[in-house]
Amino acid sequence: MDTVVARFEIRCRRFLGPDGVPLGDLPGFARDPAVLVELYRGMVRTRALDQKAVALQRTGRLGTYASSLGQEAVVVGLAAAMRPEDVLLPSFREQGAQLWRGVTMREVLLYWGGDERGSDFAASRHDFPVCVPVGGQAPHAAGVALAFRLRGEPRAAVCVFGDGATSKGDVAEALVFAGVWALPAVFVVNNNQWAISVPRSAQTAAETLAQKAIAAGIAALQVDGNDVVAVRDAVEEALARARTGGGATLIEALTYRLSDHTTADDARRYRDDAEVSRHWREEPLPRLRNYLTSLGAWSREQEEALLEACRAEVEAAEAAYLATPPQDPATMFEHTFAALPADLVRQKAEALGGRT
Amino acid sequence: MTERNLVQAVNAALARAMAEDPSVLVIGEDVGADGGVFRATEGLLARFGKDRVIDTPLAEVGIAGLAVGLAAQGFRPVAEIQFTGFLYATLDQVLNHAARLRTRTRGRLTCPLVIRSPSGGGVRAPEHHSESPEAIFAHVPGLRVVVPSSPARAFGLLLAAIRDPDPVLFLEPTRLYRATREELDDDTPPLPLDRAFVLREGTDATLVAWGGMVPEALAAADALARDGVSCEVIDLATLKPLDEETILASVARTGRLVIVQEAPLTAGYGAEVAARVAERGLMSLRAPIRRVAGWDTVMPLPRLERDYLPNAMRIAAALRETMAFA
Ligand SMILES: Cc1ncc(C[n+]2csc(CCOP(=O)(O)OP(=O)(O)O)c2C)c(N)n1
Ligand SMILES: [Mg+2]
Repeated sequence: MDTVVARFEIRCRRFLGPDGVPLGDLPGFARDPAVLVELYRGMVRTRALDQKAVALQRTGRLGTYASSLGQEAVVVGLAAAMRPEDVLLPSFREQGAQLWRGVTMREVLLYWGGDERGSDFAASRHDFPVCVPVGGQAPHAAGVALAFRLRGEPRAAVCVFGDGATSKGDVAEALVFAGVWALPAVFVVNNNQWAISVPRSAQTAAETLAQKAIAAGIAALQVDGNDVVAVRDAVEEALARARTGGGATLIEALTYRLSDHTTADDARRYRDDAEVSRHWREEPLPRLRNYLTSLGAWSREQEEALLEACRAEVEAAEAAYLATPPQDPATMFEHTFAALPADLVRQKAEALGGRT
Repeated sequence: MTERNLVQAVNAALARAMAEDPSVLVIGEDVGADGGVFRATEGLLARFGKDRVIDTPLAEVGIAGLAVGLAAQGFRPVAEIQFTGFLYATLDQVLNHAARLRTRTRGRLTCPLVIRSPSGGGVRAPEHHSESPEAIFAHVPGLRVVVPSSPARAFGLLLAAIRDPDPVLFLEPTRLYRATREELDDDTPPLPLDRAFVLREGTDATLVAWGGMVPEALAAADALARDGVSCEVIDLATLKPLDEETILASVARTGRLVIVQEAPLTAGYGAEVAARVAERGLMSLRAPIRRVAGWDTVMPLPRLERDYLPNAMRIAAALRETMAFA
């Protein structure tokens, strides 16, 4: 006879509906409109940077770029939940989280412009750089979290990756480690429904991505990834649990990639415009703006002032980026090892001598 | 006759192989509706259907292992690994499984699979997209490693790779995907997988290159020709197994050898070529063997890419130094 030996359920958290109307009581932090305005500002800044970066790429002044259009609530919400001493392990679409943690727009542009100094950012220096190999940073998060555990520090690792990344062994292995040792880590899946041309439905037969946590024995939650209040609340709760020995959490944030995969992609080859239009109605910015407006905490003048401020910031960053003198090719050698081995000293001399 | 660039030649070879042999399957990330991020599999889904052109979940280790299982079952999977940097993850499946299943089972189970991947730099691509990992894979017994450098050779060698009864790693130089076009018929025969190609005959020095470095080697040979130096240029094309005879015969005539590789110098494939000539052709050398290679550094991001990549100028300089030996 078969008996039931395990049961699970996956909950989805949402506070603001697509039109910005609250579905119930908001969490504590969200009762202060000033806090919500900051979240809104973070999302608008992110979008402004993305727009500029895409424009720079289109005119040959930036490399391939992955916009976070439509997913700003995920990256801003999770960054807002973190403390400065926590460690962020991003993939390649989290510039909004990096900005929130003090990385500058100029540094973000430098990296995507093909200059390693963009990963040597001045703020939040314990954060990891962008990770292009999908999912590769997930086991690092387990390692960072184990380091916190070994030193008894009340800090946590926050790792972000996409829906596609959840198919990778790296991610499965990271969850396994985080589970067996109840590590202080929070894994956030930016489920933007697409991995380049592969839809979420073709990525896994599982009903949710969140439930992958169940198999690893860690806490699981879905959130409306277009509701920045829900994202921040869920990540804060997970971080509090992580810091107090309660172990890791996997949070699946449901959102949508409104842009092409990157500037090198043409999404019209594989998805319907109608689907994209439908998702524009769910996107995160108007949702929070409408709520703030309904509170009387946001006006057209404030909106215009914010857009103007972001435009000015982005333009200043663009100018600073374009004015950054090129790296000396010698740096290619100097950062290969802590100290340059004699063999490389010789190569370096040859490389620099051969320059015209 | 149709004019085709290298990526179109790859596409044509895939289509021809699939049309000829129903056991040929194309698998990988975004190979279906998207036609591959470089469009190498464009149109194949529409023509051959989703049972033969299979978009996989995002998992390179899975893709390589899946290909092993399909191949052992008699299919001929052609797996695309989207960018070179993500090929490293497949090394375990390739080395521990694909390349030794025949040996382990004494021929009972075999692995007639092809793994295709773009490779090399020069296109200002993002991090981890410009690697040259051929030497790492050439070190694996039981695996063939092929690197075409022209549309015609891409077509003929890929056809041969798909028909080959053993696993083949097929590295397509990204920078050559759209560099040149050649007239290429769909019924062009396959090319042998154990032969280097003499692209230009010469009498004073031998230049050995492969992949993205071949056009640079040809340009260097042009530059030397203006100084009255005649260079023979050999495209290895198949690194493993190595066509030692073509190289040795050339060096016997020229007495000088310069090897060009885009990958980092140390333990690169150029070292293998140099060692073979040192072992069997030393007595015909009139000058030390020279290698022109990438530096032993991490492949830089695009801004410093040109400072990393070997070019015709560096090759020409090495040739001139070689010629200075009487
Ligand atoms: C290991 C690996 N394989 C393939 C790629 C190429 N690639 C870059 S992004 C991407 C899709 C990622 O999808 P997802 O994880 O959903 O993240 P998203 O891009 O949607 O944010 C692919 C296949 C890569 N960068 N790394
Ligand atoms: Mg995705």
